Amino acid sequence: MSTNTLYGIFDDEEVLLASVKEIRANNIEIEEVFSPFAIHGLDKALGLKETRMAIMAFIYGCLGLSLGALMIYNIMIVDWPQNIGGKPNFTFYHNMPAFVPILFECTVLFAAHLMSITYLIRCGLFPGGTSDSPDERTTDDKFLMVINVDGDSSPVKEMLTKTGATEINEKEA
Amino acid sequence: MHKEAEIRDPLILGNKTYHDISKDIAKPVEGKANKYWWILFSLSLVLFIWGVLCIAYTIGTGIGAWGLNKTVGWAWDITNFVWWIGIGHAGTLISAVLLLFRQKWRMSINRSAEAMTIFAVVQAALFPLIHMGRPWLAYYVFPIPNQFGSLWMNFNSPLIWDVFAISTYFSVSVVFWYIGLIPDFAMIRDRMSATISPMKKKLYSLLSFGWSGKAKHWQRFEEVSLVLAGLATPLVFSVHSIVSMDFATSIVPGWHTTIFPPYFVLGALFSGFAMVETLLIIMRKVVSLESYITIKHIEYMNVIIILTGSLVGTAYMTELFMSWYSGVEFEQYAFLNRATGPYWWAYAIMMTCNVLTPQLYWIKSIRTSFVATFVISIFINIGMWFERFVIIVTSLHRDYLPSAWTMFSPTFIDIGIFLGTIGFFFTLFLLYSRTFPVIAQAELKSILKSSGSEYKNKK
Repeated sequence: MSTNTLYGIFDDEEVLLASVKEIRANNIEIEEVFSPFAIHGLDKALGLKETRMAIMAFIYGCLGLSLGALMIYNIMIVDWPQNIGGKPNFTFYHNMPAFVPILFECTVLFAAHLMSITYLIRCGLFPGGTSDSPDERTTDDKFLMVINVDGDSSPVKEMLTKTGATEINEKEA
Repeated sequence: MHKEAEIRDPLILGNKTYHDISKDIAKPVEGKANKYWWILFSLSLVLFIWGVLCIAYTIGTGIGAWGLNKTVGWAWDITNFVWWIGIGHAGTLISAVLLLFRQKWRMSINRSAEAMTIFAVVQAALFPLIHMGRPWLAYYVFPIPNQFGSLWMNFNSPLIWDVFAISTYFSVSVVFWYIGLIPDFAMIRDRMSATISPMKKKLYSLLSFGWSGKAKHWQRFEEVSLVLAGLATPLVFSVHSIVSMDFATSIVPGWHTTIFPPYFVLGALFSGFAMVETLLIIMRKVVSLESYITIKHIEYMNVIIILTGSLVGTAYMTELFMSWYSGVEFEQYAFLNRATGPYWWAYAIMMTCNVLTPQLYWIKSIRTSFVATFVISIFINIGMWFERFVIIVTSLHRDYLPSAWTMFSPTFIDIGIFLGTIGFFFTLFLLYSRTFPVIAQAELKSILKSSGSEYKNKK
């Protein structure tokens, strides 16, 4: 039995969203959806797990804060303690109010950059990467649903047409 | 889907479809530049080259080429630095703070406002760099392990805080901007024909990082944008607070005030919005974006200008009151001298442009006029430059000993470098307007149904 890939193309995101819900309710697995913009509620409708990007950002922020504190401690307290305008320079704790701005900047710097890098890596985005969208119009005004079908594809096709697909293409494996 | 009250004015005019949005936003990239673009570009380029020559002269001969003297050691350069940094702030406010508040009107303007931020920070960073006198030693400001007995910079110093704040601000702004640009570059890539313009297609493929718009990617994109906005919001407030601490932590009368951080942040937002208006009113004409940057957008920005302008006015009054109330003779003189001393005219320009002019926006017909807004935005840009000039020069030019009292007047090199940065800024902005998707089209498409005029009329 061969596996065929169906591409259902939609013109409207609301129709697509309704269609995704309908198709998934009929126990048909949707491989992927390509869209020109973020559709709210689509991730839930597709049953995607919540993303953990924000948690990563928090961890990276903590890392930035710790590394920033370590750097300043080493430079200002351990390596070369100096009396600057009588500010307490014996302990990190006493001198810390003056370090708050830089500790904050280090936190933001690490959280923002490392999260963005994680995002790019997790999505496989890099300079020179190629798009794997089956149809170039998905960055313009079309919404595309990919469904893999084993055997007879006509019931799925019918389903797609019924739920509002304006165009259906089939690729044989 | 988004829902929106029907009485709200539409944010996208004309009967646009998703495809129309792609077409309109890709047009400046795909088409040829018009006459106005070339005129503006040539002018900016000439100014830029003039600025480069003045910078080269300054570095060749030394800071003596400027109008500084022993008493007034900071003047035009730092004025320009604070002015440019301030301008940058509106970009982050629009893209980050308005995202957190879910303001849909930001979507037509955030891309260009962020571009403005980045280009303005580039101009700002030039000034401390040149002022170092030996810019090739600029790496000394970073904590780089070295062999000078391990010579580190001083983390107690607001100038070092500034280095960290501005580097972080610049790099995070670039990242925030680029994460949003990826889907829009992909749209342009997919419109380009591989046979007609293969080079362009290659270039935009490279820039779009292979974006395809998968559901999971969009989910992560939304979350990353939100978190970046959440990080950029305190960042933008911290940057100008730290810039103000360059002054506030000193003991110079007129600088040593606790009101400085909020006062500077508000001033920055105020001047930044004025610059966004100046740029967008020109840009909507030059690259035909009248349907997307509407009078409604301008009106919303004008409302923010009334608010920030009035708060800046309040800060001026508070400063005057506090100097009187402090009972400190030196503090009182510093402010009396600002208003009535030899630089009274600079103070008068500042007061007129920053406190009085924005009050005109209480009148609806002025608030909703492109011409009036454009004129007032220029006034505010000038006024905010003078605000920094007044704070810096009038506080310094009356030193502790009257024998050291002096005046500051700029040399043509001072003026040349300032004009050069304006040229550089507009050169970058004009190049951007022809090569980048100037509106965040992916975001804009998501509000077409709730805020497009055609869909609103149907309801």
